[in-house]
Amino acid sequence: MSVTEGAPKLYASREPVFPKRVKGRFRNLKWAIMAVTLGIYYITPWIRWDRGPALPDQAVLIDMANRRFFFFWIEIWPHEFYFVAGLLIMAGLGLFLFTSALGRVWCGYSCPQTVWTDLFFAVERWIEGDRNARLRLWKADWDFKKFRLRITKYIVWLLIAVATGGAWVFYFADAPTLLRDLLTGQAAFIAYATIAVLTATTFVFGGFMREQVCIYMCPWPRIQAAMMDEQTITVAYRDWRGEPRGKHRKAEDAAEMGDCIDCMACVNVCPTGIDIRDGQQLECITCALCIDACDDIMTKIGKPRGLIDYMALTDEANERAGNEKISVWKHIFRPRTILYTTLWSGIGILLVVMLFIRSEIDVTVAPVRNPQYVMLSDGSIRNTYDIRIRNMSHDDSTFRIELAADDVLRIELEGTNQLTVDVPADTIQLQRVYVTARPEDAPASAERTEFRFWVEDLRSTARTYQDTTFFGREPE
Amino acid sequence: MTDQKIETSNEQVLQEGDPNTTGHVWDGIKEFDNPMPRWWLWTFYACIVWGIGYTIAYPAWPLINGATAGLLGYSTRAEVAADIAEVDAANAPILARMEEVALGDITPDANPDLYAYAVQGGAAIFASWCSQCHGSGAAGVQASGYPNLLDDDWLWGGTIDDIHLTISHGIRNEDDPNAHYSEMTAFDEILTNDEIASVVQYVRNMSGQEAEATLASAGEEVFLNNCAACHTDQGTGDQFLGAPNLTDAIWLYGGSEEAIEYTVRYSRFGVMPPWSADASDAGRLSEAEVRAVAVYVHSLGGGE
Repeated sequence: MSVTEGAPKLYASREPVFPKRVKGRFRNLKWAIMAVTLGIYYITPWIRWDRGPALPDQAVLIDMANRRFFFFWIEIWPHEFYFVAGLLIMAGLGLFLFTSALGRVWCGYSCPQTVWTDLFFAVERWIEGDRNARLRLWKADWDFKKFRLRITKYIVWLLIAVATGGAWVFYFADAPTLLRDLLTGQAAFIAYATIAVLTATTFVFGGFMREQVCIYMCPWPRIQAAMMDEQTITVAYRDWRGEPRGKHRKAEDAAEMGDCIDCMACVNVCPTGIDIRDGQQLECITCALCIDACDDIMTKIGKPRGLIDYMALTDEANERAGNEKISVWKHIFRPRTILYTTLWSGIGILLVVMLFIRSEIDVTVAPVRNPQYVMLSDGSIRNTYDIRIRNMSHDDSTFRIELAADDVLRIELEGTNQLTVDVPADTIQLQRVYVTARPEDAPASAERTEFRFWVEDLRSTARTYQDTTFFGREPE
Repeated sequence: MTDQKIETSNEQVLQEGDPNTTGHVWDGIKEFDNPMPRWWLWTFYACIVWGIGYTIAYPAWPLINGATAGLLGYSTRAEVAADIAEVDAANAPILARMEEVALGDITPDANPDLYAYAVQGGAAIFASWCSQCHGSGAAGVQASGYPNLLDDDWLWGGTIDDIHLTISHGIRNEDDPNAHYSEMTAFDEILTNDEIASVVQYVRNMSGQEAEATLASAGEEVFLNNCAACHTDQGTGDQFLGAPNLTDAIWLYGGSEEAIEYTVRYSRFGVMPPWSADASDAGRLSEAEVRAVAVYVHSLGGGE
């Protein structure tokens, strides 16, 4: 056991990272995922969806003022928040599934921090050049050229950052209207404040904090250790094949050397500035760019690709023993991932079923229990109920509240002689209802009697019911 | 497995290039002594600067009387006062309408917004000022003289105007000439014990309760001579006098023999304060508030 000696430093300044451009299949996959995720993010608020004159025509809209969430043909009310809870549970299980099967694949490909940092790297490379040029610029004294390049880079970053913060607010209001208001200075303060905060975070996190966010601020690298096991596929270095590493000089006996020529290509492309050859580590976001870089070198020197590769811990023992390669699918299909998939799809199917069977009428009955009952002058016993009818259809409607035809109980509605309630479109109407038992009827003297309210939507003729309890007078 | 083996299997193996450890060990896991990132330190300093600036800008440092005021002159009390003024200003138009619109027109059909406002606002006023006697659910206190406002039996009338009058001026309130006032005679020294016993049975019989038949028939003459002037010959009472209906199932002070006998002998004298500030110096509520609470009480199921 040996550790580095020397006086301990209390604070370490950030080592700047200058990742080199890389080409390869994982880089291409990352470009594709970046295009898709950013495309979805920026374009979604502008998709229109016709819902009729009374409702917004934005396909995806979180309407805070009216407490409604629109998603294409789906409309979620606040009382249906369990759909959102269900989606969050699915997101959680999905993260468990992908992490147990593929390690930090979320971090490497689709985390917004990764995607935007990658975009900022692309801008940086486009303006300041590749790794060596950027290193030189960093070390160079401040002159006009450095100033010009830096300012250009910051301006482009800032434009991306403003667009990022700007796109976010369009999810919360009608996008074309909000854009016009934003440009004419008429939008709400909260819109400008949100854009300002998100612009600042995008600019700072994507341009300057970068891997520091992943290493010091994000909890996921800490949690992942509990999610991964020896079958999890992650980015690893075949040190049994690569070591001892070294430049293959003629003087040395090439047969004694491993395949790694210590060219540092894997280190130079790493966006978090680590050496994958040290083994699995906290800083690795498994973006697989080192795989592309190494494969490129291996092809050039005529060695087999895959010195750095996606593999599981069990592969090491297996390959050292000289056994046949374990199929990737064998790593992925195991009880744990199958269980996660089952749970994930189970909840998904449940949500879809709930979505299709949900009723357009929603009735709640709240018995007024202060007091439990009132005795009227003729000795009748009256109970009071607060019935809330939610009309989720987009048309005004009239609802009839009644009891079963053979019920001995009598029903009356507060403030009207009718048994009908008008409920405007998209609203909840509270109606106080009185239910009375004549003194000679059984419910008047029974401690409790179960009965049923029937509610009928007279427009659609849909019927629903709610069971509740009638309290009679206390036995003397 | 030996202890030795467990120890070695749990031992964390440090490698070349690892940082120093702090010397802390939990379950064999050693804590690396990694340095803090420097930006973290600057963030910390920035927070300190922000904190100092905050205590200068806002009220912060406690003094013997109060605290430093802060350069911005911010005060939560002033903010609350401004909020209250804003709410009052927003309520002013509907409160003005509450006083103008005829009471009978504050209904769900004629003025739905005003009605909803009156019921909600009246409920809040009721909870503050009325619930002490009438209960938070307006059910009164059974057989104790605090009337149940949910039923259909009203001593002084149950129309919206009757309720409004009662709330405004109170009951048996000698300072206000418009208040409801009546007083039942205490018959303890006027009637004999036998007469009292018989009229109690007569009254119980009148409301359909169990009664001793001989006494009850003897009580009829006593009732007609002494009670009918206010309670009427049939015993149905008179809302103008606040004389209760004795034939129904509702008894303000209880319908048992003991309770009725007590009422006949010693009388009852329930009071209610006047609430309208316009009608009485003792009143605490504005006309709009009295109207709102009247609409609320009228909406509870007993309103006529």
